[in-house]
Amino acid sequence: MSNHTPKAPLSVSRRQLLRGAAATAGVAVGSGAVTGFPTIWAQTIKDIVIRHAGPPVTAIPAIAEQASKDLGFKVEMQATEQADLLNRFLSQSSSMDCADVSIPYQKYLVGRNILQGIPVAKVKDWEKTIPLFTKSEYPDGRKAPQQGTAPFTVIYATAPDGQKFHEGPSDWLTGLPTVTNADTLGVRPDLVGRPITSWADILAPEFKGKSALQDQPSVGVIDVALALEARGDIKYGNKGNMTKEEIDKTITTMMDIKRSGHFRSFWTSFDQSVNLMASGEVVIQSMWSPAVTAVKARGIACTYQPLKEGFRGWGYTLGAMKHLSGMKLDAFYDYMNWYTSGFAGAFIARQGYYAAQPDNARKFLTEAEWDYWYGGKPAATDITNPFGKLMDKAGNTRDGGAFWDRLGNIAVWNAVMDEDRYLTRKWAEFITS
Amino acid sequence: MSTTASMGSLKVPTAGQRFSLPRLRLPLWAISWLQVGPIAFILTVLFAAPTLLFLVVSFFDYDRTGIYPAFILDNYKDLICSPSTLRVYISSLKFAIIVWGITLFLGLSVAHFLVFHIRNGMVRTVLFLACAIPFWTSGIIRTIAWIPFLGRNGAFNQMLMGMGVTSKPLDFLLFSDFAVIVTYVHLFTLLMIGPIANSLSKIDRALIEAAIDAGASRLQIMVNVIIPLSKTGIALGSLLVFTQVMGDYFVVKSMSGGQSASVVSMLSTEITAMQYPPASANAMVLVVFVAIMVAFMMRVVDVRKELVK
Repeated sequence: MSNHTPKAPLSVSRRQLLRGAAATAGVAVGSGAVTGFPTIWAQTIKDIVIRHAGPPVTAIPAIAEQASKDLGFKVEMQATEQADLLNRFLSQSSSMDCADVSIPYQKYLVGRNILQGIPVAKVKDWEKTIPLFTKSEYPDGRKAPQQGTAPFTVIYATAPDGQKFHEGPSDWLTGLPTVTNADTLGVRPDLVGRPITSWADILAPEFKGKSALQDQPSVGVIDVALALEARGDIKYGNKGNMTKEEIDKTITTMMDIKRSGHFRSFWTSFDQSVNLMASGEVVIQSMWSPAVTAVKARGIACTYQPLKEGFRGWGYTLGAMKHLSGMKLDAFYDYMNWYTSGFAGAFIARQGYYAAQPDNARKFLTEAEWDYWYGGKPAATDITNPFGKLMDKAGNTRDGGAFWDRLGNIAVWNAVMDEDRYLTRKWAEFITS
Repeated sequence: MSTTASMGSLKVPTAGQRFSLPRLRLPLWAISWLQVGPIAFILTVLFAAPTLLFLVVSFFDYDRTGIYPAFILDNYKDLICSPSTLRVYISSLKFAIIVWGITLFLGLSVAHFLVFHIRNGMVRTVLFLACAIPFWTSGIIRTIAWIPFLGRNGAFNQMLMGMGVTSKPLDFLLFSDFAVIVTYVHLFTLLMIGPIANSLSKIDRALIEAAIDAGASRLQIMVNVIIPLSKTGIALGSLLVFTQVMGDYFVVKSMSGGQSASVVSMLSTEITAMQYPPASANAMVLVVFVAIMVAFMMRVVDVRKELVK
């Protein structure tokens, strides 16, 4: 932790800064709607606890520590892996205050009285949130990709209760976008022996017994679809929302490939994917960005390889649980605005993710870090991971180029498909075959 | 065994007096109930009640986000009609039988050695404890520990290549059925050694001497004297190993690299997808299946009769 604080350009008082920023943002939004913490009495807020439930890659205790320091009330992190996390949202929503929801999972949550809507007016940095989420377009005006569960289609709600999706912008959000990235294949450049350019390479015969997939139906099947389509086996209408026939064909083809002994392993957790790669059991696999940085931090070459078919994009949103009200709800708004104000975004940037409000994250990154992570430029200094460990040496460049080179080339979004139940069953058949 | 049993049933009053509890004189039926009470309570609360609950839920309807009370047979129909069910049961059964065979052989050999070949009681105790050393850490650690050992660049492959046995690493060592079986054998052999050693130590040495006097060969002694007299231990050990393998999920998942599945890993996939009704149906089928297998084993050896002997 301590090694990041000096990098923060505003070491005086983050609370004061936020207060000032909130005031300007309030003016910007054009109303006095940003009530938030300025109205909360310092004496009473210190008893408030905001419980943030999210995946281990974003619900990081060091972030909660800083938030508690800056905000004056306590923030607690509860980290759980994706499938269990969703189950917790659905079945124990009262045990948390703030849900860190993978964007497509909003399809499971909205309409079930788990979350409440967040008024756009309460969001301090809405204007700084990337237009890919807020307007479904790139900064240069191009339309955003629509395959899969496009964030734009699930972040707006029709009414304050947040129980229905609104097509196009409205005054309420199902959740505030916080983190995003464009996923691709992880590669051991020292062991693959040739350039990797396509998703189809994960199925290339030369990597037989040396490739791995993630065992997670909704994301794993999209990686598979990208590979099969690139190889020319199947042409999908929408890889992020397959028909039953497309699912059947995908799974049948993959079963044959699996039976031939093509895959070394199927991983279910972050650490498994790191170990598979670091130990050399696997040379090409579906992977998450922090896993790549974790392998690199061990001093082992690992590339998060951009591919010609494009990336699989995703994002997280912070949602407010239904039971929040009064002062606690205000505390949630404060926390949500704090989370998107830069510290957390910068922290997460160091494991290869992007903040949905990149300009805020920039304030908490050094010039060299900003250029490396967001600019796609060679590192001016050694680059460390969020925990201060050497990740990349000065002079090296991040794979995939600048922020918009990566996010600008999304082929498909992570998705919850209409045939979700069927897909889950077929995926289980594939894994057990 | 027999002496304590007779003491318990015949001399209850005197025993009571000896432990200076003169006024607490419970009727015999109450004593029986008290004795059976704790285990009955545990079984009812922790086994019977949840099983009943599963039975009820297994007929419910569901979607991704909830379960709905109903009486439908779809969950069982989906389970029985799915090709993966049969595959998974066959695969679990295959592991169970192979592991049973290996652990039985190892367990019997080790137990026989400990009981009949080690004369010194002290040495025997020390060796027994040595067998139990792996149990000082959790099963998860003992499982995971095999991964770096058996891996492509792992210790074992390096050793083989160093000795010139192979020129390139053997891939079948890890993330394969082989790895799963090795781990199972490592984890469960002690479950076989314990009960078998226990029954072996009850064998009257005079019987073996008599067999030798009668001209029996070593093999004949083994087959006609020792194995029949230790069949309670063999049955108990087999029961433990068999149920452990059938109920496992972690070893199969991590050691096969997610390539093989067990009944329970199928069940766990359903649970993480919040498909509780089909998971319940799956659990019910597994309980019935294991119960049948156990009943079959009990037919071969009447453990109850052997235990009170």
